[in-house]
Amino acid sequence: MTVPVKRPGRHPFAKWAGDTGWRHLVALAVLAFGLVPIVYVISAAFNPNGTLSSTSLLPTGFSLSNFEKLFTEPNVPFGQWFLNSLVIAVPAAFISIFISSLAAYAFSRFRFKGRRPMLLFLLLIQMFPAFLAVVALYLIFGTIGDFYPVAGLNTKLGLMLVYMGGALGVSTWLMKGFFDTIPKELDEAATIDGAGHAQIFFGMVLPLAAPIIAISGILAFVGTMNDFILASLFLTDRPEMTLAVGLKTLTAENSPASYFGIFAAGTLLTSVLTVAVFMSLQRYIVSGLTGGAVKG
Amino acid sequence: MLDQRPQGSATAAGLIIKIGVLAVVAALAVWAAMPLIAAEAWWGLALEAAVVAVVFYVYLQRRAIQLKYLVPGTLLLIAFQILPVVLTIGTSFSNYGDGHRVDKEQATEAIIAAGVQQTPGGATYLLAVGESAAGELTLLLTDEADGSTWAGTEEGLTELDGATVDATGRVTAAPDYTVWTLAELGERQGELTELAVPTGPESGIKVQGLSAFEGHSTRSYDEGCDCITDTATGTVWHADDETGSFLTEDGQAALVGWRVNIGADNYLAVLTDPDIRGPFLGIFAWNVMFAAGSVLLTFAIGLGTAMALNKPDMRGTKVYRTIMILPYAMPSFAMLLVWAQMFNRDFGLVNDLFNLNVNWYGGTWSARAMVLIANTWLGWPYMFLISLGALQALPSDSLEAARIDGATGVTAFRKITLPLLLIALTPLLISSFAFNFNNFNAIELLSGGHPFGAGDAVGGTDLLITYAFRQAFGSSSADYGFASAISVFIFLIVATISAVMFRFTRNQEDVYA
Repeated sequence: MTVPVKRPGRHPFAKWAGDTGWRHLVALAVLAFGLVPIVYVISAAFNPNGTLSSTSLLPTGFSLSNFEKLFTEPNVPFGQWFLNSLVIAVPAAFISIFISSLAAYAFSRFRFKGRRPMLLFLLLIQMFPAFLAVVALYLIFGTIGDFYPVAGLNTKLGLMLVYMGGALGVSTWLMKGFFDTIPKELDEAATIDGAGHAQIFFGMVLPLAAPIIAISGILAFVGTMNDFILASLFLTDRPEMTLAVGLKTLTAENSPASYFGIFAAGTLLTSVLTVAVFMSLQRYIVSGLTGGAVKG
Repeated sequence: MLDQRPQGSATAAGLIIKIGVLAVVAALAVWAAMPLIAAEAWWGLALEAAVVAVVFYVYLQRRAIQLKYLVPGTLLLIAFQILPVVLTIGTSFSNYGDGHRVDKEQATEAIIAAGVQQTPGGATYLLAVGESAAGELTLLLTDEADGSTWAGTEEGLTELDGATVDATGRVTAAPDYTVWTLAELGERQGELTELAVPTGPESGIKVQGLSAFEGHSTRSYDEGCDCITDTATGTVWHADDETGSFLTEDGQAALVGWRVNIGADNYLAVLTDPDIRGPFLGIFAWNVMFAAGSVLLTFAIGLGTAMALNKPDMRGTKVYRTIMILPYAMPSFAMLLVWAQMFNRDFGLVNDLFNLNVNWYGGTWSARAMVLIANTWLGWPYMFLISLGALQALPSDSLEAARIDGATGVTAFRKITLPLLLIALTPLLISSFAFNFNNFNAIELLSGGHPFGAGDAVGGTDLLITYAFRQAFGSSSADYGFASAISVFIFLIVATISAVMFRFTRNQEDVYA
């Protein structure tokens, strides 16, 4: 693999710098850009004063008071927000990925009339994300709430239904692309062994597609956690808010200056969750994203 | 082919699960039917029956297996994506919004109620005001006679359950409403003067200071002239079905109007009204700039980093990669809020670190630079991950051949690597563009659309979506019709751009394959 270029008497360090050294430099420069805000949040979260003006990049003091306030201040029901976010995002992600994988299986394994138009339609409807239709969603859920108060406005179930409404979409395409790479011969072998279509799907295709299921699940989960526009419209009572809506209120102009530390502590606790999810599924993420990338 | 093999529920377990699921569906259907029957909503009931029938048919038949896999997602798709889109398009042709929320009959009642004069012995109420999430003002009333609580809008009076009252009996909190404080009630009295709750054909409840009273109206509706006459002042309002308002002789509209179809007026306003057209074009230009800039910057950094780390025998790549995922793994809404604080002029980290004194939120271009910087921070790890994956999946023989032909360094990158990469990544770059085109969070959480000129409804960093959102749910009066029209505009723009780009890549792919 070495390229025979004539460079007699080249100093080993110069060679290292040319081959690998610049790579480290680039990586370190990008890392600096990437890490500064994160370090800043950590520094702010442990800052005893908790105000923006007393926070610097590197921590100057250490105290857990911000974390304490997060759970004791009656005006900051952080635990409740965290729970709300989980209660909404986890089932919404699970159910929508399950539903999406069902559809992807149909698109990948069956040939039927309207298959291509439906696939293209899924791409098109993606261009009209749910929040563009907030006004209409607002009207719809107002009506639903008249008949079924459990799923109307200001309910978690209503918000979950909106999130699940977007189940079919990009993730269906991603999963269909992955399912296509699982050889059909496997299905045929299983059929000969007497397996029905449901057994093939649940027993074989789903387990084999674990990487793409994982990445789609994470993206759905993180997308739901990060949603602000719908959640802020649907959940207006303070204890009912999700993390995104609740934490935003801590940085609002009318919040006390010392709330910045509490906000940073809340951010840190929220990220512990998402970072843990990402790190544990890291190998899937890389292969999943590029699987989608290469196969479109 | 799979779908031609003989079908049958292969196992007893499968059959039991199927029966169980269908039983749950049936139970849910019965539960869902109850309120519909109680409200005599026969259309709703028919719709529900149809849905249940489809579900049962699909799971009990054996011919079209694919339907069993498609039905759950499709039902959700129709209910919560297609229906909202259809409704949005419908709303965009109407004048729906504040002042035009109700139908004509209710508007008439509300105007009559606004002319209410207190009659001796009429009921009086303690007043509180609640704002629903949609920004609709609601009178939260406590009957001074028996302490019962009521919610009144221009549509009428309904009983209010679950309200919290203070010692005097005034409502201080109620589910679904943001209740004004007494101070707010004083400040915003002006918004309440024309708000009245109809309680009968010619009676209603009207606000007076911190209380409200029920009385008889001096106004009445005459079907013959389709007009409302106020006997006390002599004013006559004539109904105008084109605009959905009652107008006086000299063209003054009564505060409450009704919903009418106004055709393409909302769309035409964007094209012809100079007060809207100018700002709209400005937002549009910046919106394209923001989306394109975000994609370019994140892709440049992501690809550069991926190129640097794409060397298998380099030490530390795994560590680098793990740390580089961090910004991607952090919750983006929270990090946007952090960035918003980091750009604080006096205490923010950015000015601090680089010894600047820039008022980032003050100027249009500094605010735009700010949102681009923060958005780039959020997006580059994703670009890094997909670029790295695509780089590693590149056919090594092409690169080898290029090397043998003497192409190295920049030439090889420009002529071989980049074109191959772009083929693989263009679909993702397009979706990234579409995503950023509507990146509501980035603008709302970072700049909130700031800076606003004096009296301007449009901020320097506003995207179309944040602008539309403010039209519908902002603090000024809501205009759902216009906001929906902008939503449809956004959809058309994004769909067109995407379609063109997809076609372009399809051609490219054909060449490549």
